[in-house]
Amino acid sequence: MTAQLTPRNIAIFVLLAALVLLPLYTGLSGNRFMLTLFTRIVILALAAVSLNLMLGYGGMMSFGHAAYLGIGGYAVGILAHEGIASGFVQWPAALAASALFALVIGALSLRTRGVYFIMITFAFAQMAYYICAGIARYGGDDGLTIYKRSEFVAPVNLSNKVQFYYICLALLLAAIYLVWRLVNSRFGMVIQGARSNDVRMRAIGFPTYRYKLVCFVVAGTLCGLSGALLANHNDFVSPSIMYWTRSGDLIIMVVLGGMGTLFGPVFGAVALLVFEELLPTLIKLLGTPMFGEQAARASEYWQIVMGPLLLLVVLFARGGIDGLLRKLSKERA
Amino acid sequence: MSEPLLTVDHLGKRFGGIVATDDLSLSVAPGELHAVIGPNGAGKTTLIAQLSGQLTPDTGRIHFAGSDITTLPMYRRSALGLARSFQITSLFLDLSVLDNVALAVQAHAGHSFRFWRDARSEPELRDPARAALTRAGLRDRAELPASLLSHGEHRQLELAMALAGSPRMLLLDEPMAGLGPEESARMVEMLRALKGELTILLVEHDMEAVFALADRITVLVYGSAIASGNPAEIRANAAVREAYLGEAEATHV
Amino acid sequence: MTLFIEQCLNGLQFGLLLFLLAAGLTLVFGIMDLVNLAHGSLYMIGAYFAATFAAWTGSFVLGAVLALVATLLVGMVVEVVAMRRLYGRDHIDHVLATFGLILFFDESVRLIWGPAGLSLPLPPWLSQPVQILPGVFYSGYRLAIIVVTLLVAGFLYVLVMRTRIGMLIRAGASNREMVGALGVNIKLLYTLVFGLGAALAGFAGLMQAPILTVQIGMGENIVILAFVITVIGGVGSIRGALVAAIFVGFIDTLGRAFFPDLLRMILSKEAAATAAPALSSMLIYLLMAIVLVVKPEGLFSAGQK
Repeated sequence: MTAQLTPRNIAIFVLLAALVLLPLYTGLSGNRFMLTLFTRIVILALAAVSLNLMLGYGGMMSFGHAAYLGIGGYAVGILAHEGIASGFVQWPAALAASALFALVIGALSLRTRGVYFIMITFAFAQMAYYICAGIARYGGDDGLTIYKRSEFVAPVNLSNKVQFYYICLALLLAAIYLVWRLVNSRFGMVIQGARSNDVRMRAIGFPTYRYKLVCFVVAGTLCGLSGALLANHNDFVSPSIMYWTRSGDLIIMVVLGGMGTLFGPVFGAVALLVFEELLPTLIKLLGTPMFGEQAARASEYWQIVMGPLLLLVVLFARGGIDGLLRKLSKERA
Repeated sequence: MSEPLLTVDHLGKRFGGIVATDDLSLSVAPGELHAVIGPNGAGKTTLIAQLSGQLTPDTGRIHFAGSDITTLPMYRRSALGLARSFQITSLFLDLSVLDNVALAVQAHAGHSFRFWRDARSEPELRDPARAALTRAGLRDRAELPASLLSHGEHRQLELAMALAGSPRMLLLDEPMAGLGPEESARMVEMLRALKGELTILLVEHDMEAVFALADRITVLVYGSAIASGNPAEIRANAAVREAYLGEAEATHV
Repeated sequence: MTLFIEQCLNGLQFGLLLFLLAAGLTLVFGIMDLVNLAHGSLYMIGAYFAATFAAWTGSFVLGAVLALVATLLVGMVVEVVAMRRLYGRDHIDHVLATFGLILFFDESVRLIWGPAGLSLPLPPWLSQPVQILPGVFYSGYRLAIIVVTLLVAGFLYVLVMRTRIGMLIRAGASNREMVGALGVNIKLLYTLVFGLGAALAGFAGLMQAPILTVQIGMGENIVILAFVITVIGGVGSIRGALVAAIFVGFIDTLGRAFFPDLLRMILSKEAAATAAPALSSMLIYLLMAIVLVVKPEGLFSAGQK
């Protein structure tokens, strides 16, 4: 593959360069909030990348993907609570637990189709939510504070914010590479064929169920990793990490960025989370000269803008950010 | 005569009160092109669906190449060498034409739990796929998305996909449906070229094509076979003339 | 025993209320193949309208009627402005777009009515307990809800099974293309069906308003239950929605009432106290998962997809 200087490739390059250089900027400017925000963005981008593998490439519309965030997070939190701080135990445990959960849920859910699939994945995520809210030993509804981040051997130290950011970024890039290899392999061809036309796939001789199940498990496991990172980042884990609106946020990131594209979910995560941070300020900034005090008040209601915006993206910008960039690239060519 | 490749014994299928297949028996010899005709609603598509494994019959047995396949799932039948084309074009529209055929090749190349190597650069998949496309007359279209092909080209792609798995037998569900006269003629030529090399069960409305191609013809009415024989016998059969051909000719003329 | 009867009636009342929500959802689902997460927003708006109009007019009944009409109108406007553009698209588009609508409605309500909740006081003639069995009293208002929802269910039955519109609705739920082929004004039919669903949701909201506080987000949790019911009952099936709604109403109410005691038998007191509310909320999702595993298309699936 030869990289061409299309707007799309430039945008991907700029995005990656910005993510790599970000700690330099926050270190110089002392803007620690920005580093925290972007660590969060990178972690959730990893979750969105995992959802994109099954939703964008595999056509499996899971409305309960945040469950794996919770399972990965709780694996870390519970082990830490029980005095096992080693990351070499915590992280494999987080991966194994989410893989196992995904295997069971996927095996049952993939029997259904369409809306029923959306709803059954949603039901399992809600169950996971309520189970975690019901365990008194691990904080129930209030959640669990993690006093010590996962421990690895020196010089790895997750409490160092810059180092932690780079670890998250490296894992995100590794996940994108993994997805890239997967979707272009024979396995990936089967997954995409099943998204496109499942009946036909079975007619020409593919038992699609088992391939989709593997895809489901890989996606769940990757999201579990993201959950383990998120728990470390927040030093805290609670059931709200897997509330259904969080599953909705992940879907928004994938669609906003561009379904079934490698870097789309990253664009989507950055756009959504930065937008959420900026919109209130933006309303205040633009509105105050015109409407004065009223605008300051209105900035609290930024979701009133966010909602219709989402509707507009769905109606008029189907391909998401990646789709727009691709269009630009074509016009240039 | 040699052992039949496909045998259908006393097949029956109902949907609620409607009898779609009624005690139907037929057999197809190796190398034969066997056509199934009948008026609308005679149960032709239901028959193909049961042969390919999309539907399970209520009663009766289906044997293919010596084994009982009555309850086998679609992919197992396909692995035995029974390939099917769809009446309503059923392709992977968002993939490229070559990807469509390569998937059909891949289906017969062992399991697909191979996660790392780039499938689009594997000659084991791509070369047979290109060969099948060439046979179906679509070599120049290989890199286009399947959604951009014309209706006739979709039919050719269907055929290429069926061929790609090197099947022993093809189940063709109305390959001429919706084709213009020119495209139809091209399809007849392609089928004639395949005949003899492959065993074919052809369900078709286009009488001209059926009588030009078929070695044997079975006539379905209300789910049961009212006649079976070579084209000349079917033409001469009084019951067929009355139940079907007469009516069809009357509407054609 | 008295408690048990009361809880059973509560379960029935809640189930019937859920049916009102699920009926609209399943119709919209079955006919337009539209997943509308924002159905709960209409429920919320119905409650807000009722509280506001009742305060204005000083009459509970008049307020309720006005609220019903207003919600119907809001529903039809939403259909014309937004939903209409979503038909025939992927479910994922529906989920996203209606998710956006939820945000919009929640914030609009916050802007108009403020973040604090409202209350809708009952008129005296409805707040009296009623003696249903010798020595057993039950809330008159809840009893009234049972009666009224049963009437609405009956009305829906007649509408769907006995009228021309109903025939079109049923035909649409099992075969969408066919209705178009009949030369019916599909656009108008869809707007009406969506409006009807909205009015049913608003009706459920305004009836629930005196029992709970009217507040932002009140629709979200209950619409999830309505979705569960729709899916358990089978998409597009009103009968399935009724059966599943009553079932879910009972399980939810009785689970909350008696599950903690059951749990206390196996767990320590404190553990049970934390676990019980969470686990009883889970029961319904467990039920849905079991139903879908056994019958992947719900109990009474209306149409072939």
